[in-house]
Amino acid sequence: MTEPILALKGINKSFGPVHVLRGVDFSARVGEVTALVGDNGAGKSTLIKCVGGTYTIDSGEYHFEGNPVSVHSPRAASELGIEIVYQDLALCDNLDIVQNMFLGRENHRGLLLDEISMEKAAAGALKSLSVRTVSSVRQRVSSLSGGQRQTVAIAKSVLWQSKVVLLDEPTAALGVAQTAQVLDLVRRLADQGIAVVLISHNMIDVLQVADRIAVLYLGQMAATVDRKDVDQQQLVELITTGRTGSVGIQGNEATAGTV
Amino acid sequence: MTSSTPPPAADLEKPGGHRHATEPDLAAIAATAPIEGGVGDYFRTYLQRVRSGDMGSLPAVAGLIVLVIVFWSLRSQFGSLANFSDLLKQSSPTIFIAMGLVFVLLLGEIDLAAGTAGGVCATLMARVSVGYGWSWPFAIGAALVAGLAIGLFTGTLCAKVRIPSFVVTLALFLAFQGVTLFIVLNGAGAHGNISITDNFITNLYNGQMDPWLGWVLAVLAIVSYALIKLQQVRSRSRAGLTAEPIPLVIIKVAALTAIAGLAVYLLNLNRGGTGGSQLINQGGKLVLVKPPALQGVPWVVLIMMFFFAVWTFVLTRTRYGRHIYATGGNTEAARRAGIRVDMIRISVFVISSFMAAVGGVLLASNTHSVDANTGGGNTLLLAVGAAVIGGTSLFGGRGRPADAIIGGFVVAVIANGMADLVQGNNRDSIQFIVTGAVLLLAAAVDALSRRRGGATGVG
Repeated sequence: MTEPILALKGINKSFGPVHVLRGVDFSARVGEVTALVGDNGAGKSTLIKCVGGTYTIDSGEYHFEGNPVSVHSPRAASELGIEIVYQDLALCDNLDIVQNMFLGRENHRGLLLDEISMEKAAAGALKSLSVRTVSSVRQRVSSLSGGQRQTVAIAKSVLWQSKVVLLDEPTAALGVAQTAQVLDLVRRLADQGIAVVLISHNMIDVLQVADRIAVLYLGQMAATVDRKDVDQQQLVELITTGRTGSVGIQGNEATAGTV
Repeated sequence: MTSSTPPPAADLEKPGGHRHATEPDLAAIAATAPIEGGVGDYFRTYLQRVRSGDMGSLPAVAGLIVLVIVFWSLRSQFGSLANFSDLLKQSSPTIFIAMGLVFVLLLGEIDLAAGTAGGVCATLMARVSVGYGWSWPFAIGAALVAGLAIGLFTGTLCAKVRIPSFVVTLALFLAFQGVTLFIVLNGAGAHGNISITDNFITNLYNGQMDPWLGWVLAVLAIVSYALIKLQQVRSRSRAGLTAEPIPLVIIKVAALTAIAGLAVYLLNLNRGGTGGSQLINQGGKLVLVKPPALQGVPWVVLIMMFFFAVWTFVLTRTRYGRHIYATGGNTEAARRAGIRVDMIRISVFVISSFMAAVGGVLLASNTHSVDANTGGGNTLLLAVGAAVIGGTSLFGGRGRPADAIIGGFVVAVIANGMADLVQGNNRDSIQFIVTGAVLLLAAAVDALSRRRGGATGVG
């Protein structure tokens, strides 16, 4: 098994008196889809924001490509090659796909925008993901469906050669067909050699696409299991009680967390 | 789409169904770059775009044509050569202020103080020119620098102190009237109403260029437009991207040539009329001496074209312009993309106040004077009206400098046409009501097209 590109050990994060993350271990490997699941309030978003640099961790180790790093800002994270695709996607409706994918990092020659190189690179990124649902990279984003928007946001991370991509609930607002397309895309993203972290509520999605599943329960990492070792029943148990059989948080610890 | 043309790189099929020839092709409608296909495809796509609610300047252009026809048929003088030139001049202060407002509106903000800021700058120019004898470059320079400073102040209050722009500029709208009054009543030179004697300043609005210069500039404009277009087509096709079909480029250049040529031709005819001719005795022979011909393209047209070209370039070809659209479309996305949203916000107010200063200078040039009312009254509302009528959205994210020009013409045509049409006591009241109604109509079109755009996914 390869060394994880992203490895967090014993992460703690509090907001005032609220201890949101308690000694959380989390890792993501190149070429794998790691699902991060957990009930509302389990700490998924906090963990993601710690990875992305929006929040700074209180204590714990943050390793990237084997080296300890400190990530104190979103910019620091994106410089490492960590890209977060938030649920709201952060796309400008009035701009087209190319303009959105290059937003803030436009190619230019002197004063002039270099539209041609940007258009080719954007089309190339979409093509490398075998995207067939977007008919023109010069379409305004306002004309795109939810799935297509998600596609654009994900393709952006390919364009910028991100090493780790965190997807926050990418299928939450999508219909059945579009969900299938996006999950397909998630898989291809991992196949390109990117470490993909998929945050999701949807058990079916997770079981369909993930290689490993990390379950957060009340701020603790209940278990990190291989996809092939669990079924849906066990996963639901892990999410709701923090344990299933011999896996998960044992003994009184689980109930201690419910204060 | 014709079936013979090959699909572009990423194209292929739509999710959930095949395309019908009759159905609007969303991708083409929403495209911001040349689509594939011939001239016919472009025309069809344009029609679909209009039908789907993205009308751009179409209502304004259509309205302009209707207004011209109506006014012309009611009063033949409306179509006279002299009036054509007057219309261009009269629209200019509004257009300059509106061009600046387009930038502010692109962020979904408003600058209610643009009119009175222009007044401050104009009176400052008049004061230093008349009272302190500054030559015109310094006097106009003072006005423009004052505009920049005002914008910096306004923008900082909005972006850094985070007061809503509506409140900041409403307060400044009032305060600047006081500043204008102060400048008018204090300092060296005349008080109350300052007459501007500098010929250069008064000629900005009232003067016209020699006829030959009009032709030279027209040819320059047409040739540069054609070259830019051809260069785009060439570099795009060389890179293997879809480019505009050459026949369409030819049509566009021909249209520009026709419009510019006709305008310059008409403006170069003598519009002074034969009034004032007299017979004088010259060495025993009676000679008919005509007054000097009043002909040539007004200088304001050149100034308008200059700013139109500069701002269009900035908005469509530079990173800064791209970041303005992005900030207006989704501020949070722009911020996350690393765009310094605060700086963008401040800068648009700087541009707005700068253009207001330009407009103020033209207002002063028009009347050869300034007083406490310069830039006050409905100056600002007409400029906002011009931008919105031209197709700039009040909700941010959509607008072009061209909107200011088209909308400015509409506003000027209404004012000009109504001015002589309705006589007597109610002249002003009816003009105000009609202009207000047109502005409301434009805002309604904006809001409705936005709603339809949301429904069809085309904004």
